Amino acid sequence: MSAEQPDSQWPLWEVFVQEKTGDPHEHAGSLHAPDGELALQAARDVYARRGPVVSLWVVESEHIVSTTPADSPSFLEPGPEKIYRHPRFYTGPRSTKNTARKK
Amino acid sequence: MDDAGREERFQARIDAGERIEPKDWMPDAYRRQLVRMMSQHAHSEVVGMLPEGNWITRAPSLRRKQILLAKVQDEAGHGLYLYSAVETLGVSREELIDELLAGRAKYSSIFNYPTLSWADMGAIGWLVDGAAILNQTMLTKCSYGPYARAMVRICKEERFHEKQGFEIMAVLAAGTPAQRAMAQSALDRWWWPTLMMFGPPDGESTHNDQLMRWRVKQKSNDELRQWFVDLTVPQAQQIGLAIPDPELRFDEASGHWLTGPIDWDEFWRVVRGGGTCNRDRLEARQRAHDDGRWVREAAEAYAKKHRT
Amino acid sequence: MNALVEYLLRLGDDRLVLGHRLSEWCGHAPILEEDIALSNIGLDLLGQAAGFLGLAGEVEGLGRDADALAFGRGATELRNVQLVEQPNGDFAHTIARQVLFDTASLAVLEQLAGAKHAKLAELAAHAAKETRYHVRHGRDWFVRLGDGSAESHTRTQRALDSLWIFTPELLEADAVDAELGRAGIGADLASVRAGWRREISALIEQATLRQPEDPPYPATGGRRGVHTEHLDHLLSNMQCVARAHPEARW
Repeated sequence: MSAEQPDSQWPLWEVFVQEKTGDPHEHAGSLHAPDGELALQAARDVYARRGPVVSLWVVESEHIVSTTPADSPSFLEPGPEKIYRHPRFYTGPRSTKNTARKK
Repeated sequence: MDDAGREERFQARIDAGERIEPKDWMPDAYRRQLVRMMSQHAHSEVVGMLPEGNWITRAPSLRRKQILLAKVQDEAGHGLYLYSAVETLGVSREELIDELLAGRAKYSSIFNYPTLSWADMGAIGWLVDGAAILNQTMLTKCSYGPYARAMVRICKEERFHEKQGFEIMAVLAAGTPAQRAMAQSALDRWWWPTLMMFGPPDGESTHNDQLMRWRVKQKSNDELRQWFVDLTVPQAQQIGLAIPDPELRFDEASGHWLTGPIDWDEFWRVVRGGGTCNRDRLEARQRAHDDGRWVREAAEAYAKKHRT
Repeated sequence: MNALVEYLLRLGDDRLVLGHRLSEWCGHAPILEEDIALSNIGLDLLGQAAGFLGLAGEVEGLGRDADALAFGRGATELRNVQLVEQPNGDFAHTIARQVLFDTASLAVLEQLAGAKHAKLAELAAHAAKETRYHVRHGRDWFVRLGDGSAESHTRTQRALDSLWIFTPELLEADAVDAELGRAGIGADLASVRAGWRREISALIEQATLRQPEDPPYPATGGRRGVHTEHLDHLLSNMQCVARAHPEARW
């Protein structure tokens, strides 16, 4: 191979798919595209052609900021130590029933 | 923690059924094996588009034409998912393609065989995809997260590939004498190469033990091969085609269909470049790559000019 | 000649031939993502062809289904425009051919979605939805190729110059269109022509290309079975297995 630029397969993008309204967008995988518009079209062809999909997000992989395994345990709290954040920590009378009579 | 400690901890995670993700520590050998396996798998999908792509334009009905085009399109997609999975280990798609075209990377040798009739589309879907599904089903449990997830996606899509192949064969076998003969000829030519797809016998397979220990593979080559034979022989009987193996017999004791000897000389000959289509496959991929360079560059040039 | 059958054959044959051309790219596209994209468009077109040809066979009432029409007719019997039978050429040629066709196709299908023929209207509405996406893909690529590199600009200009002669036929109306127009079924091609010119002129400018001169003798005749020599080679390939086994089921 000569010293020329290695052939480019375009930058890498990550694809997030929302299957129906109300759902969160989930990571579906990645693909290569030269820009956002073609990334969106490729995402539609590659990850949404079997449906159901109502929304697609694409983002260049290099723009994703993420934690690393070294970040836990200090950055990402591992266990339920602050259990007062959890509803089950609480006892006491159960919520009263709504006794409003149905019309 | 030193490397020996890290390796122990890593193996413990594997043994506990944990998934390894891209940024996790992993032994160099694990990373290398996965890059090799996944890239080989990706190359196989892409090269695999060619033998079937060969018959899209000649498909004998609109329905078959659409089905075959959709199937080959899926294979492009599978290659794409798999290249993406390899890229999580820090190797770019450019490098992987470079390896393939330079002849340094392997792909499944089954695709070095020629497709010589419409019936070959049936045989490939039924046998080759049938074999691939068994391998892929196993890999959905692979210890490396991105590979396992790609495999789950692929398995969902692969099911229609095998079904449409078997349907083609069934219709041909029940058709005119010429169609029946076409189907039998295809089965005769694709049966043994499909058995070879599972790789050399366990005793001779170099990476097998280590891959099983790392839960990259869960079944050995021979186990997968036997599973395939047991599933497929009854299917052939069901549609009235003959497996081209005079020594094929059902063994009551084990409950397995036992085949005659596989010609491993042929396997090695084809893997090492002596198959009918080895050169044509790489030339086709090289041409697509070369012819496409100006397109890829144009898109990048446009993006650069119009970057906001 | 039943005008409605003719009309449906035109709609079906355009998409059969163009879908077939696109399918030739599978495995050979410039990048994996485009193998998938071109196959997608090809699949849509083949599906549309099956719909229109199937309806043509029904209306004709001689027992011919979509397959009989697709695999049993020769070059002089096909009713596609000459543009779609042109060979793929390079990627610029394929994209130019696609965007010129799809822009006209979308305008026609959108009108046909309101046709006084329920089945045709349904097929057209579905096809229009798919074609909207094809137009988006084609336009985006046409602009990137025209305004990309020096090489892509040259190639795209060459493609445009070469294919321009086939464009008037896309929206050329004849007696069949007139008869169906009177019945409230056919599209009014004259009403679509100005819009097509405007859209394509703007696209060419956006792509930094030069609009070719209008040809003194535009290509014509496809609607009457007069085709370039490319079509018969295409059909020989497409139909050979089906024709080798007449009466066979697949």
